[in-house]
Amino acid sequence: MTGEPLLSVRGLSVDFSTYGRRSQVLRDVSLDVPAHRHVALVGESGCGKSVTMRTIMGILPTPPARIVCGQILFDGRDLLAMRPRERERLRGTAMSMVFQDPMTSLNPVFTIGDQMATILKYADRRLGRVRGRRGRMARIFEVLGQVRMPDPERIARSYPIMLSGGMRQRVLIAMALLSEPRLLIADEPGTALDVTTQAQILKLLKDLVEDRGLALLMITHNLGVVREAADYVYVMYAGSVVEHAPTADLFARPSHPYTHALIDCVPKLSGDTAFRGIDGSLPDYTAPPAGCRFSPRCVLATALCDRPPSDRPVSEGHLAACWHLAEAAP
Amino acid sequence: MSAPLIEIIGLSKAFPLRGGLFGGIRGDVKAVSDVSFSLAKGDVFGLAGESGSGKSTIARMIMGLTHPSAGAILLDGLDLTGLPLALARSKAVQMVFQNPGSSLNPRRSIGQSIAVPLEARKIARADVERGVARLLDMVQLPADFSTRYPHELSGGQKQRIAIARALAVEPQLIILDEPTSALDVSVQAKIIELLNELRRSLGLTYIFISHDLSLMRNFASRVGVLYLGRLVEEGPTRKLFEAPAHPYTRSLLAAVPVISAEEEAIKPKAPIVEGEIPSPMNQPPGCAFHTRCPLAFGLCDQQNPEAYWLDGDHFARCHLLAPDAASLGAKPIETLKRENAG
Repeated sequence: MTGEPLLSVRGLSVDFSTYGRRSQVLRDVSLDVPAHRHVALVGESGCGKSVTMRTIMGILPTPPARIVCGQILFDGRDLLAMRPRERERLRGTAMSMVFQDPMTSLNPVFTIGDQMATILKYADRRLGRVRGRRGRMARIFEVLGQVRMPDPERIARSYPIMLSGGMRQRVLIAMALLSEPRLLIADEPGTALDVTTQAQILKLLKDLVEDRGLALLMITHNLGVVREAADYVYVMYAGSVVEHAPTADLFARPSHPYTHALIDCVPKLSGDTAFRGIDGSLPDYTAPPAGCRFSPRCVLATALCDRPPSDRPVSEGHLAACWHLAEAAP
Repeated sequence: MSAPLIEIIGLSKAFPLRGGLFGGIRGDVKAVSDVSFSLAKGDVFGLAGESGSGKSTIARMIMGLTHPSAGAILLDGLDLTGLPLALARSKAVQMVFQNPGSSLNPRRSIGQSIAVPLEARKIARADVERGVARLLDMVQLPADFSTRYPHELSGGQKQRIAIARALAVEPQLIILDEPTSALDVSVQAKIIELLNELRRSLGLTYIFISHDLSLMRNFASRVGVLYLGRLVEEGPTRKLFEAPAHPYTRSLLAAVPVISAEEEAIKPKAPIVEGEIPSPMNQPPGCAFHTRCPLAFGLCDQQNPEAYWLDGDHFARCHLLAPDAASLGAKPIETLKRENAG
């Protein structure tokens, strides 16, 4: 990766106040998403990947959440230091989001065209652009074509219930593309769909990154999807990034004990899976371990792990936050 | 092989389609058409297929929750389809559902939830408590879980409770409907491990419904692939995954996202299938898959293919497998086999 990344999250920590107690959810999360790149943030439920995404998009309710420290640089400017109005202008225009659930993210009582027109009107207003109804419809048909929908005119007239899951997912991607964003954040794209449809959606996202030069941050729990689609991966556990690497490197040489254990849990198509799982559960965020957050479940943990580990290099562009890297490596 | 525990013969289900001014019957939706398979005690039969392929309808018919339109379900030689629903749903067959959160009553303690099926068996009240503790132990949870409520449990723990409830009536067959699809992989691994242990120790037989083919490869002993309500290929797991014969099975396997080069190498080299599964309301004529099949030829939209046996226990329904397919204009099956080999 060369040049300044379009999106750069630096040392982000986020707390939540719940029932008078403070949950330390994100701790020191850093990640980069350059243009022309498909970056994945992978982790299991409760690892903080959605909180990270919401903080970037600025849709995290504060309170209960509180951003303790960190920066979110978009094109070199810190989103967290911006005035709300300025940030509002960026959200949904230069950066937009593809929501997870194609079944519930669309309003059932309006046609696809109506819903897209509303989004486009808002985006235009924020950008101070003037576009008539005809211009809007032309743009909507154009975007529906970009997500390879057959017969955009008919789709625009349809209600969500008339479309299949895969088509609704395409509509959600089209909605995110309406304002010509430079950064797209996709939350579990295609995971609610069948494998053949999922493969089509991943191919579409890949083409958008390659042909249109988008920066794509994908949030997912599915390691197979990561390997299939992403260029670079961040693995998250209990609110921290534990390992990050170019995709091929991560799967060739998983170096953090958590990444290792997670990869072992995934059933293999070749049929040689030992279903060991990972013992224990996520730490209590109100009293997380002071050092490595994986240490209570880690087979390699020693007294050293009571101090927070910092990123240590495995190879070019591949880092893991573990005190026992040498032993963890295969 | 011993006599099969369960034998499904020509099972079909058509739902009437109502419409028009007076709500008359306009036609029907063929959810399941002519499905047959059998499994021996201790087997795990995997039913694979995309949404709308009829997996759940088959499960509901075996459970006795829906009457089949045609066909028979023989359990230990006894036809369940002739019996009244309540009786068919008797002790022999149980089901574990996909979403462990919504299959437990939030206002009942875990102990009360597990006690329901025990009480239904008319077990003396004094023994119920002991039964609950024993069932919790079987699913590897501490006995004090009986006083907890569903909201205090994790997804994996709730699924263990659902399994304990299914075990309470000492069934012979358990239908597992996507039992781990709502769980994280690290939890899924633990649940699969538990199901394997229970199968071995209690001699259980499973019908395992899933869209996760990688999981199926590691859990099922036989696999049937469904497309629009028809079983298009069926065979021992190993054969079906190493030499898939139906173009649909091949494209399904090709679409599975995998995490290693070794797995990538064994995936069939099939292109991503275009489009989506057609609506069961207007099924294509001939082979249901011909509208999306990359290898379709003249015969495919004319005639529904019969089952061609690749060897004693592995079949696929595809015209390409007919001995005279080449003379009818099809790509010869040898090419297909070579592609399968890599």
